[in-house]
Amino acid sequence: MKHIKTINKANLKETAAKGGCGKCQASCQSACKTSCTVANQKCER
Amino acid sequence: MIHKYKLGGFNIVLDVNSGGVHIVDEITYNMLDNVEPPFAEKCPEKAMQKLSQFYSVEDIESCYNEIVELYNDGILFSEDDYEKYANYSVASPVKAMCLNIAHDCNLRCKYCFASTGDFGKGRKLMTFETGKKAIDFMLEKSLDRKNLELDFFGGEPLMNFDVVKQIVEYARSKEAEYDKKFRFTITTNGLLLDDDKMEFINKEMSNVVLSIDGRKSVNDYMRIRVDGSGCYDKIMPAFKKLVSLRGDKEYYVRGTFTKHNLDFADDVFDLYNNGFDQISVEPVVCEATEDYAITEKELPAIFKEYENLAERILENERKGGKFNFFHFMLDLDQGPCAIKRLRGCGCGNDYVAVTPDGDIYPCHQFVGIEEFKMGNIDEGTFNTEIKSYFSKTHVYTKPECKKCWAKFYCSGGCNANNFQYAGDVHNVHKLSCQLMKKRLECAIMLKAFRAGAIEE
Repeated sequence: MKHIKTINKANLKETAAKGGCGKCQASCQSACKTSCTVANQKCER
Repeated sequence: MIHKYKLGGFNIVLDVNSGGVHIVDEITYNMLDNVEPPFAEKCPEKAMQKLSQFYSVEDIESCYNEIVELYNDGILFSEDDYEKYANYSVASPVKAMCLNIAHDCNLRCKYCFASTGDFGKGRKLMTFETGKKAIDFMLEKSLDRKNLELDFFGGEPLMNFDVVKQIVEYARSKEAEYDKKFRFTITTNGLLLDDDKMEFINKEMSNVVLSIDGRKSVNDYMRIRVDGSGCYDKIMPAFKKLVSLRGDKEYYVRGTFTKHNLDFADDVFDLYNNGFDQISVEPVVCEATEDYAITEKELPAIFKEYENLAERILENERKGGKFNFFHFMLDLDQGPCAIKRLRGCGCGNDYVAVTPDGDIYPCHQFVGIEEFKMGNIDEGTFNTEIKSYFSKTHVYTKPECKKCWAKFYCSGGCNANNFQYAGDVHNVHKLSCQLMKKRLECAIMLKAFRAGAIEE
């Protein structure tokens, strides 16, 4: 493409169909605790 | 829904619902203000008229065709059709626990959310008996989940380290019987670290969070002992030693920035220059009346500093350096599934906190808020109504989140912060939202840079 460069290949939609197993790490959002935040987590399936 | 912005020399377009990230040229950036689905075969006359003042017809047409192609591929202007999945995690097993092993602390950090360690309820240490029952609770309530997470938290967990060791030993003794695997983590201020504790932590804890704010002057202003003296000179060598002995296992040095160090990029780099490569420095969350509080007024300076930090990280990478800044870490390709992103932390549903008295709360931030007390480990009580309430709390039940471009990255934010500072779990803590969005913009920009850098 001349005008647009897409930098990622994944599509969230595809993850919905197969997702939701709940095996991934809990992800604390609190500022006092560096547990995982959501977006950098790994899928553990 | 799309979100577009300019940062670091890039024109960035995020397709919110597919997660697609596109770097676009100027004409595309402008055209996206003038076109939207449904798309006709040719560029609409109105858009053509507007753009042809600046660009050639040929360019406008080719740009339009690319936009339509990405739309047809489902990675631009894609629809939000995830709400139907929002009920997936109802009645989830409890697989993660924050064990407040010590409601006591040997520091008196001025910004402590836990009232300098006792959570406003008096200084107490957890007994092994209560810790053992907490493990039994997890073994039972985790149902078919194999990986269980247990975080030793406080207060300062090292003040009750013998009990930490007993609990770890007990949990390990049950793993084979129950077909479970415990992942332990511990958060410490480092004051009581010695060789034996380091050895145990490095052997048993899959992650360790080491609390330090950055520069000595910054750290010692906030993180003080009972006598008022700073702790930097004691903890820095201890943290360096622990990390040097840790091998490949995860750790974080973790600091808090406040209104008093809005130049926190210097703190991040001070930690890096001290040899740490896993770094988190996060904004303080507190009442706006505190003298160190971050308020709306500080946001422009903080946004600028996040950009400054991102630029310094890029500069460092160009020179061959590398470290992870926790809040800029983002996995655009193999991150969590969309369903996980609807709910985020799972507090009160698949994650709970337990106090030294055995009281169960949705998470460590809710500890002491009576209306959220879920039960007691020693008494064997567990209120599933509160659990159900949290299982039904997700981005589609939070009006502000529903329309936000960042919802699949932050997942509705911290429920406890929402409750404490916005009055309800479903109301967003706007200050945290704005910071989160800025960090995400920076994180995506870094991804854009790295994607370009790889091609070069």
